[in-house]
Amino acid sequence: MAPSIETIGLTKRFGPFTALDNLNLKLEGSKCVGFLGPNGAGKTTTLKLLTDMIFPTSGDARVNGVSVRERRKEALADTGVLIETPEIYPSLTPTEALEMVADLRGVPAAERQDRIRTVLGEVKMTDWADQRVGRMSKGMKQRINIAAALVHDPSVLMLDEPSTGLDPRGMAEVRTIVRDLKQSRRLIFLSSHILSEVVDVCDEVALIDRGKLLFYDTLENVTARFSGGFTSVDVAFARPLAPEDVAQKIGTLPGVAGVQTLDPKRVRVRLNGGVEAQERLLEALAGLHLGAISIADSGSALEEIYLSQISRGD
Amino acid sequence: MAAEVGAARSVARKVPESFEQVTKLARYQLREYVRSRRFVALLVIVIAIGAILTVVLAHFRGLLVSDTAAFYGSFWGGAVDLIIILSAVFFGGDAIAGEFQNKTGYFLMGLPIRRGAVYAGKFLAAFLASVAILLIYLAILLLNGIYYFHANAFPWQLGVALVLALVYLAAVMGATFFFSSLFKISAYGFVLTAILFLFGFSLLADVATDLVKIEPWMIISYAESTIGSVFATNPNWGFTGVQTVAPIVGASWSAGIGEGIVIMIGYFLISALGGLWLFEREEFS
Repeated sequence: MAPSIETIGLTKRFGPFTALDNLNLKLEGSKCVGFLGPNGAGKTTTLKLLTDMIFPTSGDARVNGVSVRERRKEALADTGVLIETPEIYPSLTPTEALEMVADLRGVPAAERQDRIRTVLGEVKMTDWADQRVGRMSKGMKQRINIAAALVHDPSVLMLDEPSTGLDPRGMAEVRTIVRDLKQSRRLIFLSSHILSEVVDVCDEVALIDRGKLLFYDTLENVTARFSGGFTSVDVAFARPLAPEDVAQKIGTLPGVAGVQTLDPKRVRVRLNGGVEAQERLLEALAGLHLGAISIADSGSALEEIYLSQISRGD
Repeated sequence: MAAEVGAARSVARKVPESFEQVTKLARYQLREYVRSRRFVALLVIVIAIGAILTVVLAHFRGLLVSDTAAFYGSFWGGAVDLIIILSAVFFGGDAIAGEFQNKTGYFLMGLPIRRGAVYAGKFLAAFLASVAILLIYLAILLLNGIYYFHANAFPWQLGVALVLALVYLAAVMGATFFFSSLFKISAYGFVLTAILFLFGFSLLADVATDLVKIEPWMIISYAESTIGSVFATNPNWGFTGVQTVAPIVGASWSAGIGEGIVIMIGYFLISALGGLWLFEREEFS
């Protein structure tokens, strides 16, 4: 069975600048793959090559086993795409814009209106379904773009920084949408430079920098491979901590490799070990009576890996 | 598993054939054009021209409406080229460049549709929007014609002139799409098309006839003159004699209907296909 997304020696040069360098990536199965990298790393270039918006200097991009360069129509038939905050024809309403997409994609007329209503509901645009797109904010347009990528219920979804232009609430809603989409059987390829977004919704992560793929693996494997067996947790306290309590009491607990004060009532603890180390820390903190009220994974592991891998290339 | 799901959905949702996609895209694009300010602006211009025509006719009735051929020769043959050029520029000027400049192309190009189908769909929509504008002008003209000539308001030349106008529109639209594909900035296409068709080609035709003294068959404005000359009582096609405008001694040619159509179709094919060739190779980078 052909992979949902496959790049074979995919290279793109713009004059002397190499935007993507021999990318070999094979994504299959039903999951969300985060495509991480700083600005200019080659994320959008990869997605544009996968959708035939730009053409490879060498190599091939395939979707569902079909080369997008050779047979773009067939390759993109079962793919939902959102790249670079597209503009929609301003005189059309969201319903009309989605009708156009559904019509061009061959969604049968009998189910078209149902699908449009469903996806507009998913992106919370039902109330604006019949307003002209030209009068809408960037965030609202982006929601319609997401709806357009979903209207035909694709098996492969490529999203390029989908929360761009959205307010914090909109960003959270996009994450919820993507998480819900994972429950349907499909591959989601999510390009982002927002680490928390990737940690929140993705199962696997591919890190790219300066056009080169640095790694591609599950989040757990990546964390285990690059963190050297350490985990980080954020601990919140009911009252401010004295500096000596941080250094002498928390810093000397068994399994603690380091403590960083985030604010007077919060510290980030680096632990030597995984879940067991967290369990021991929780018990020890309770015994110290410092007013610990919560402990949570800091989510910083991927950030540390990201920064170390990206800075290595500097 | 995803590929299995994909295969199953592909069966259920067959992407329409390219020709069908052209007509579907044209329908939505036409809706966009008809609702746009540029359509309203053109409508105002055409209605204004029609209103001026009506007032002038009413005032100089005896001088201007001697017979139907002269009437349509003046007011269709003499004005329709301007309306065609404006329509082509308004609807086609940013048809392709705008996809890049306004980023609407990112909405379309992620769909399973060939670039050729996008190009053709947009061309068809721009052409039909322009035809709508032409028909409005024609309606105003016909109302005047019926008022002055009653049952004689429909000379056979009008049908030929209408066909010639549509072929000319296709040629101008083709050139507009070519320039729109050539640049990623809409304004360049607008300006270049307007300059060329309003002044440039006429100037070149004059240079060809007056200075080089050859038949300007390669210039589209030469072919366009058939839209008016078809109404002439005794049309004189081909070499029509020597014209002297001191100190220049030039020659004069008049294109025949068949020749005009061939030239216009030639322009349409070369420019439209050239534009498509460019669009097929243009990257959304």
